[in-house]
Amino acid sequence: MSPEILIALILIVPLLVSGAVLIFNNLPDVREACTLIGAVGLFILCTVMAFRVGAGEELLLESPDIALGLTFAFKLEPLGAMFAMIASGLWILNSLYSIGYMRGNAERNQTRFYICFGIALFGAMGVAMSGNLFTLFVFYEVLTLSTYPLVAHKGDEKARRGARIYLLTLLGTSIGLLLMAVVWTFALAGNLDFVPGGLLAGKVGPTLGGVLLLLFAFGVGKAALMPFHFWLPNAMVAPTPVSALLHAVAVVKAGVFTILKVSVYIFGLDLLSALPGTEIVLWVGCFTIVVASLIALTKDNLKARLAYSTVSQLSYVTVGAMLANTAGASGAALQIAMHAMAKITLFMCAGAIYVATCKTEISQMRGLGRRMPIVFTCFLIASLSIIGVPPLGGSWAKYELMQGAIDADRVYVVFVLIASTLLNVAYLLPIALLALLPPKPDTIEVAGFKRPGGAPMLTVLPLTITAIGCFVLFFGVNVISDFLSPVFGARP
Amino acid sequence: MPFDLVSLLPDGFVRHLPVLLVIVPLLLAPVCAAIPSWRATWAIALGGIVFSLICALGLLQQVMETGRISYALGGWAPPLGIEFAVDMLNAPILLLVSAIGVLATIFALPTIVKDVNKEKRALFFAAYLMCFAGLLGVAVTADAFNLFVFLEVSSISTYVLVAIGGSRDRRAFVAGFNYLIMGSIGATFYVIGIGFLYAATGTLNMADIAARIPEVADSKTIHAGFAFIVVGLGLKAAMFPLHQWLPNAYAYAPNFVTVFLSATATKVAFYALIRLLFSVFSPELSFQEIIFTWVLAPLAAIAAIACSFQAIFQTDIKRMLAYSSVAQVGYMLLGLSLASADGVSASLFHLINHAMMKGALFMAVSGVVLSLGSSQLRDFAGIARKAPWTATALGIAALSLVGVPLTAGFLSKVALFKAALVQDWWWVVVVLGISSVLAVLYVGRLLETVFFKTPGPAQLQVKEAPLMVLIPLWVLALACIYYGLDASFITTLTDGAASVAFSGGQP
Repeated sequence: MSPEILIALILIVPLLVSGAVLIFNNLPDVREACTLIGAVGLFILCTVMAFRVGAGEELLLESPDIALGLTFAFKLEPLGAMFAMIASGLWILNSLYSIGYMRGNAERNQTRFYICFGIALFGAMGVAMSGNLFTLFVFYEVLTLSTYPLVAHKGDEKARRGARIYLLTLLGTSIGLLLMAVVWTFALAGNLDFVPGGLLAGKVGPTLGGVLLLLFAFGVGKAALMPFHFWLPNAMVAPTPVSALLHAVAVVKAGVFTILKVSVYIFGLDLLSALPGTEIVLWVGCFTIVVASLIALTKDNLKARLAYSTVSQLSYVTVGAMLANTAGASGAALQIAMHAMAKITLFMCAGAIYVATCKTEISQMRGLGRRMPIVFTCFLIASLSIIGVPPLGGSWAKYELMQGAIDADRVYVVFVLIASTLLNVAYLLPIALLALLPPKPDTIEVAGFKRPGGAPMLTVLPLTITAIGCFVLFFGVNVISDFLSPVFGARP
Repeated sequence: MPFDLVSLLPDGFVRHLPVLLVIVPLLLAPVCAAIPSWRATWAIALGGIVFSLICALGLLQQVMETGRISYALGGWAPPLGIEFAVDMLNAPILLLVSAIGVLATIFALPTIVKDVNKEKRALFFAAYLMCFAGLLGVAVTADAFNLFVFLEVSSISTYVLVAIGGSRDRRAFVAGFNYLIMGSIGATFYVIGIGFLYAATGTLNMADIAARIPEVADSKTIHAGFAFIVVGLGLKAAMFPLHQWLPNAYAYAPNFVTVFLSATATKVAFYALIRLLFSVFSPELSFQEIIFTWVLAPLAAIAAIACSFQAIFQTDIKRMLAYSSVAQVGYMLLGLSLASADGVSASLFHLINHAMMKGALFMAVSGVVLSLGSSQLRDFAGIARKAPWTATALGIAALSLVGVPLTAGFLSKVALFKAALVQDWWWVVVVLGISSVLAVLYVGRLLETVFFKTPGPAQLQVKEAPLMVLIPLWVLALACIYYGLDASFITTLTDGAASVAFSGGQP
């Protein structure tokens, strides 16, 4: 297969899924089969693509000039290939899960739901494979707009309000700040290509570079850096599969992926470490990590707590990128993968609990682990991965980030990471433990199942797989590191 | 040009294209007034405008191949006689006006039935043709005084068109009267300005004035003339703070008139401003540079923010869109006040895109108003369920207005950003950024109401807009997407236009 066709196929397959879903509107089984087949197909394509990238092949697809010297360009590099692999792989599991969840809850407008999901994946693939900043920006917005109907899915006042905040924050930051940064880069450099070593290297002074960096960091609202993080908790009104794949993986990871990609290919790590703005973003990132964790502690609603946990964990990636050295950036990249696997598990667990019992508050889940042992065990595993306990994937990311902090001579970052770990323990572990440990007799009434048989098989299976995935990632980390090594250069 | 139109036309015809373009619709106007059947007048009007479109296409092709075309009216050679001239600066405007004219005329047939009393419809089309011919005349003429004449031809007929809305909503009378007063003041200012120029240079031909201005540039006469012309044309172009006539005129005029005016009238006035400022005066003149930097640019910035802000609080969709138009004129003026080729090109790029998206927006809103009977925002709740096609086109155009990627509005906004940054006017980018965020707010309010609110009983009566509305609407909506994916055609035109503007309009 020629590289052009491969790239085009990866973009088209999610759209084809959307089209097929629309056509088979009235045949739910066929409709869901289309989504599954498309997801598997996409994953296979992404795997092929990743292997070819790993082999050092140049995969490129570029459109003719559309105006002003801007082009749509797709160019694969390891970072993007990894993101595409994660998003497409988890799409398969999430589709299985969606079927169980949406049917289990008898949700309305399921066709619209699957269509928008396809378009969102199209956006995510575009972001992953983008070869210049313009393409990345365009697909970033596709992702924003296509997920708006998903957040507003329920259609009541609360959902509309959450979706409005979601859209306004993401569109507002991207048009108000990110676009400015993109065009400014365009004016400075004359093009927007992602260049190894940094497009802006040698082209900006420290002040302007710092301003640009701040515009990028806050303009990418999807990275949820405070104070632009509040859209994420508000987006939790969406059905749980959306929260799981989009607001733990595709959308938010597209945000931090953008930050990482801009750091590596637009600024370049050398320039980045010399900019005064880097220190500011680093501080904001650390602040976000700690404060979001503290807020998470106060939330009793499970999804809200997970959302704040995501806000906090996303800033790991930003912080890693701002450390501007090999270990930091590769820790950031690992964090994208590790956190995706663990957080999607947590969200799927939350959804499974909701389908089975209609419970959303943590305080109502005491002793529930007895009735849903698999779900809560997986929850525990994923929690431990986020905390960073070996042998689970999350430990590597934290290790690399700490290494990067020491290399960059920023010891306070190490302390922030340790504090965050302790906070993770405080807000995540009690959930699973209280559910699994036997409740005191007579004091608590364990919630019953709303539906006979508990959570549907289709919701439990995917989350079990992703929980196992957390172990696999721990042992497979070398594969990922080797794959990513061309991006960040050799270790000092 | 992708096709060769000129070779298909007879030679004698091609030679007279510049004048035929204007004169045919102008002469058809009295014919319309004399015919009793309004459907026949509609057909005549459509025929005349399609004819103008063909002329405009032919002219564009000629200009792209051979450069500036000069046409001496009645055989009297310029500078004494009146000259019509077509170059890369006005050929795209001619094409824009006549293309929008064709779409708007198609759109007129179903909407006019609701908006205008039967006995007035034939006269209505007569006034429309006058207005159309006047706008083309403004764009095509190379004589400063003749421009005033055409400006008045189009304006006076516009007052009529707005006031005809009075049979449906009596506020249209007041709006039309307001517009009449303001418009006449604008025209008077313009003609006074031309008077000053004539006094100082002794000629009315634009190229001729341009050649003579440098000698007398520092005289008070020229300064006064410049000020009067900018205010006069600025008023017609709805330049902040001279825009007060616009929101009411747009809100209460018949639907068709709003569509047509929003996409053409202010655009042509804006073109005239560019022509006068760049081809007659020149940005190199020291006083003009000061005016650009310290008067036009700040006013434009205020417009872009203040009027976007006002748009957020409108309860009537048409008024909301009208305020948004004033804000968008601010964008174009910002591009203009950069006084660079990039700036003018970006400004024209945005002008063309704005004509497409505002035209589409007003068409979509009018299409719903036909069956709903109200243009209040709250009455539009959930109409997407009953009129999905209309609502989708509305959505596309609205996204383009915000400047969402993959739509035309995005590219022209990027072009404006870039033109500003190249000369380090970063505050322009900040202003446009803030204004875009405000646009997200008011457009978001509209889209949320249309797509996500629960329709009430009145909304369930809404029907899909008639086919004659949907066709032009979707042509524009698809253009918004097409030119968001490949804008090379428009940028070729606007880059050509900008280089003409900066060559001082000389052949």
